[in-house]
Formats: sequence, structure tokens, C-alpha cells
Amino acid sequence: MIYIYSFLFAGAVCLIAELILDNTKLTPGHITSLFVIIGAALDIFDIYDLIVAHVGAGALVPITSFGHLLIHGGLVRASEVGYMGLAMGVFDLTASGITSAIFFAFIFSLFFRPKD
Amino acid sequence: MEKKLYNKLVMEHKPKEKRGQYAFIAFVVGGLMGVLGQLLVEFYSYYLGLSSSDASVFMIVTLIFLASLFTALGFFDKWVKFARCGLIIPITGFAHSMTSAAIEYKKEGFVTGLGANMFKLAGTVIIYGVVSAYIFGFLRLIIMGGA
Repeated sequence: MIYIYSFLFAGAVCLIAELILDNTKLTPGHITSLFVIIGAALDIFDIYDLIVAHVGAGALVPITSFGHLLIHGGLVRASEVGYMGLAMGVFDLTASGITSAIFFAFIFSLFFRPKD
Repeated sequence: MEKKLYNKLVMEHKPKEKRGQYAFIAFVVGGLMGVLGQLLVEFYSYYLGLSSSDASVFMIVTLIFLASLFTALGFFDKWVKFARCGLIIPITGFAHSMTSAAIEYKKEGFVTGLGANMFKLAGTVIIYGVVSAYIFGFLRLIIMGGA
């Protein structure tokens, strides 16, 4: 059952993005930025946590989860050390994704040439 | 030329976009990425005995690795042209933009080319993500007085 929810949620997020891309002049860069902000905004009242609990990885794959993980790491740290924890914890949960994206991009760029 | 006539001519020669088809493909491909993510989470938590939060970190790293690899091999650009937002919106789009920028700008040098341009497209996601996370985090702390 969780697979169906994953499919529907991830598909719906991509569908909304595709509709925005086709019907406005926004570029993919605008849309991904917008979706990250939406993901962070949905976490103010723990709405995104609720979605993750019901939908599983389908909610973690779209870029909205990036904003969710940023604010979530900050809030976890802030509950330990106060306001400054927000700055300390923002990258806690996304560090693995950003680090591996930089590392793989660098390593693969050493061995491959642009294809045209 | 009159503006009306010009607009009419432009409309006639504009390639007809199959919007419904693009939206459907984006829905299916994006949904399949979500299912793949869930499969990987269950695979890692079952075979490696990880907790579900650790397994989801492994899943995201796996998807980033695959997207970077296929971008470097040259397949991924064609897939993105086909599926559009179905592959741009999942985390694969983030890895794709970084790897393609790194490969493209490598010829301009390792520092001034690769180093300076790797985050050219992915940087906006991180910048607006961090700014909004900080602002919304403060709002949350003010409203609810703690996490």
C-alpha cells in the first residue's frame, strides 16, 4: 500500500511542476527553488513530517524534502541549544546528500568528457 | 506588420506542444522514482539492518550516485528531455545539474571552471533552501517556543 502512496505523491509533485513549467515562463531552476521553499514552509507545523510518515520514501525523493530536511535538522538542534542551534543544524540531515553529490560530480568529471 | 497579423503568424508556426502528454509522462516517471526510493529503503533496512532514517539516507545517496553516473555516461540528458519534470524534481535533478556543470566547465580549468561553476544551477536550491529554512525555523521557534 505504501508503494501506491509513494507513487501517487511523488507523481503528483512532478505533475504540478510539469504543469507550472509548461504553462508559465518559469525555468526548472525557478521551480526547484520554489518547491524547496514550499517543503520548508510545510514543516512549520510538522505537515511534511506527517506526509513522510504516511507516504514513506515517495515524500523523500522529490526536491521538496530537501527544504524539509534543512529546517528539520535546524529545529532538532535548536531544541538542544536554543536559537543558535538553528544555524548549527541546518545542514545536519542534508550533509550526506550534498557531500555525495559534490564528490560524485567531481570524480565523474575527471573521467568523462561532455557528449555532444 | 500589424501586431495581430504577426501574432497569428507566430501561432501558426509555433511547434505544437503536447502538454497533456508531458504532464502524464512526468507523473508516471516521478511516481516510479518514488516507488524506486521506497524499494531501496526497504532493501537497505532489510538486508543491512538499518533504521528507516539511515536507510533513507542510503537511498538518497544511491539515487545521487546513479544520476551522476548516467549523466557522466551521457544517457541522462536524453531521459530528462523525455521525462522533463519527472526527473528534474526528484533528487536526481540536483545531482544531474551538478555533474553536467562539472563536466561541461572542466575544460576551463579545475578552479576557475569546474570549481567555480559546479553550483551554477544547484546553488539556487541550496541558497533558497537555507534562507527559507532559517526564516521558517525562527517563525516556528517564535510561534511554538521550541521544536
